[in-house]
Amino acid sequence: MNVIYGLLAISILVALVFFVLFIFSVKKGQFDDDYTPSVRMLFDDELVKENPKTQNKNSNNQQKQS
Amino acid sequence: MSNICFHCGDECTNTKIKHEEKLFCCNGCKTVYEIFSENDLNCYYDLEQNPGATPLDINGKYDYLDKAEIVEKLIDFQEDNTEVVTLSIPHIHCSSCIWILENLHKLNKDIVSSQVDFPKKKVTVSYKTYDFSLKLLVELMSKIGYEPYISLENYGQSKEALDRSLVYKIGVAGFAFGNVMFLSFPEYFEVSEYWLEQYKPVFRWLMFFFSLPVVFYAGQGYFKSAIKGLRSGILNIDIPIALGIAVLFIRSTVDIVFDFGSGFFDSLTGLVFFLLLGKIVQQKTYKFMSFERDYKSYFPIAVTKLNTNGKEENTQVYEIEKGDRLLIRNQELIPVDGILMSPSAEIDYSFVTGEAKLVKKVSGDKVFAGGKQSGSAVEIVAEKSVEQSYLTQLWSNDVFKKDYNPKFQSLIDKISKQFTFAVLSIAFIGLFFWLFYDASLALNVFTAVLIIACPCAIALATPFTMGNLLRIFGKQGFYLKNISVLEQMADLDVFVFDKTGTLTANTKSDISYSGLTLSEEDKRVLKNSFRNSNHPLSRELYAFLESQNIEDSETFEEHLGEGIVSSSNNHTYKLGSAKFVSDDFIDQNLKTAVHISKDKTYLGKFEFDTVYRQGLESLFESLDTNYKLIILSGDNEGEKPILTKMLPKTTQMFFNQKPDSKMRLIEKIQSENKNVAMIGDGLNDAGALKQADIGIAISENVNVFSPACDAIMDAKEFSKLDAYVSIAKKGINIIKMSFVFSFLYNVVGLYFALTGQLQPVIAAILMPLSSVSIVVFTTLATQNISKPIINSKSLKYD
Repeated sequence: MNVIYGLLAISILVALVFFVLFIFSVKKGQFDDDYTPSVRMLFDDELVKENPKTQNKNSNNQQKQS
Repeated sequence: MSNICFHCGDECTNTKIKHEEKLFCCNGCKTVYEIFSENDLNCYYDLEQNPGATPLDINGKYDYLDKAEIVEKLIDFQEDNTEVVTLSIPHIHCSSCIWILENLHKLNKDIVSSQVDFPKKKVTVSYKTYDFSLKLLVELMSKIGYEPYISLENYGQSKEALDRSLVYKIGVAGFAFGNVMFLSFPEYFEVSEYWLEQYKPVFRWLMFFFSLPVVFYAGQGYFKSAIKGLRSGILNIDIPIALGIAVLFIRSTVDIVFDFGSGFFDSLTGLVFFLLLGKIVQQKTYKFMSFERDYKSYFPIAVTKLNTNGKEENTQVYEIEKGDRLLIRNQELIPVDGILMSPSAEIDYSFVTGEAKLVKKVSGDKVFAGGKQSGSAVEIVAEKSVEQSYLTQLWSNDVFKKDYNPKFQSLIDKISKQFTFAVLSIAFIGLFFWLFYDASLALNVFTAVLIIACPCAIALATPFTMGNLLRIFGKQGFYLKNISVLEQMADLDVFVFDKTGTLTANTKSDISYSGLTLSEEDKRVLKNSFRNSNHPLSRELYAFLESQNIEDSETFEEHLGEGIVSSSNNHTYKLGSAKFVSDDFIDQNLKTAVHISKDKTYLGKFEFDTVYRQGLESLFESLDTNYKLIILSGDNEGEKPILTKMLPKTTQMFFNQKPDSKMRLIEKIQSENKNVAMIGDGLNDAGALKQADIGIAISENVNVFSPACDAIMDAKEFSKLDAYVSIAKKGINIIKMSFVFSFLYNVVGLYFALTGQLQPVIAAILMPLSSVSIVVFTTLATQNISKPIINSKSLKYD
């Protein structure tokens, strides 16, 4: 049953990793604006454009479908 | 099909421009469309319908951005030919706005990147300064309809650091709460199982370490506030909370050290977590609006100064000295008190008074800071510096230095005194009883009472009730600064209203014609003449007159500040002020009017009547039953007869009030121990809004102008003010009911505590249960009481 020490250590380590990630994300300002990213996420299609003319049409179509 | 501009969504009335099968209301909108389609940015129009704004003429407005020392104060960061600036853009309102502003780099290769913060309505742009500058950026953005709002407030303001400590604290508490729950779970059910006995110490000491940061970091605010309260002799609600946290921690530590039990670490971390959650909920902030505005957010950074040799030069407004000659262009704000040098000027004082009608000034007249010139550029000579001007002096009053109301005591402060007293006496009674009965249990009972009576549910009732109401109000268009404003709203005695711009709508007026009957021919000439004029009164009259064939009159001449002369079919028409139209006619009436004459015969006049907001009468009637109502006006008594006829007889009215006399009047009412709400709009109400217990600013457009206040109300919600006040009152009742609820929980808990049977598992069930039920109850109840305001809104849209 000594495995319980190992399991405890692992579970707390995993929790700590997420906790530290949370602290860093707050520090970097990820939670300062909780609205814009949700909208920005949907724009990604239009941002990458190699051939403006054809891509533009495609993205327009995608817009209508969605 | 529809008559709607493809770019801005306005109705195309005067002009219709067809371009690529799309309809535009003006050349400006068409130009923006062309810019976007040239740069493959047509997606702008796919994301939202008619998202744009008509670009305004900014010719020369931003010339001051050529000055390096002004630019330096505005930008966030500057290094190696790269500059970063954050600009506030009131027009940001939809996803198309975000998209276009984040694609600015496609319009100019020197723009590196841009990022929108939608809730704050701000965009951060970084750009290279090789052949680009802040001025060019601002002009580019204005050209596409996203004109930044730059005011004196932006000048040299320090970028305040965001306070994120509450988020950190809630993270720590949540993290510890989850882990402690999971570690304490085994001991809830299996009391003396073999393996559990073996590993018990490890579990318990882990819980102890998890709770350390909760007590000493996340919960430190409660200890600080409790100590502060004790020092100033106030028994605030944080004292029993801090006592609860401390006792929980010490008792639990003692328990595990001497192996008395598993301790109450689960309840401890849960308690702090829930309390912090309540703090987040009550902290609803409207990031895009500011409740702290002063004149600086209205004033420009720089103005055009005329040098001794007549050359134009941009000067920072703080550098204006007495005797400087200033050039004020169309739509520019007059930054200092001065004397008009140009023959005539028409000044819009709507920022100051709320009155949108133009005031005419002639050469030699005094002009006051805060007015906006409308028409061609005029020259003034500065009389005073910015800070000493009549309007801005108001802000040096002491009332602007204090930022809280010492008289106000929240409901929770009122009961916390009795509560703390009751809890401590029960704890001591228990302690003494058990000392005689069974001394071994005495300390156990004493601490258990302090633990179970920790007012978690009570402390949550106010934040959740008021936080919810704050959000519901905000959705309807009534934005409150914080929850204590809501509590004060429930406890008012007097309502004071400003007249102009508050009771009256400053966008509309009632036009009536009196005089000789106009022939069809006359009407046609008038309509066409008004069409050619840019004067605000002409625009209103143009919209008022029924439509006629549009044709250009043969001759048309506009005399600035006086009127229009136009001739058609050998008849000469004069339209404008009484003096301009006819030499021997003197207008006795004080109302705004446009007079008309035809070939020197006086025809008649169009009179503009003030229009009061809809629902004003019923609002006053319903408020009159419970409150004292007062009207303050900076205007003359011209409107008094109408107001007395329209409003309840008990309404008091004061006319010819100056900004500081409004403030003093409110002070006087307050000295009679009355709670006063001031409802105003212009900068001239700023002092009164600040002095009042709660100041509500009425605003036609909540994104831009409103003076410092406690709440900002969308003008269309004005008629529902009484409903909002009664909901605030009901909110207080909900809090009181929640107190009864949590009192019942406490009775159950105290039974276990006083009989010495409080097991950790009971505390761990009771505490979250009471908190969660309070949250559920307050959420449902607030939804229920706010039905009146929500229903009337949806009806409007049906």
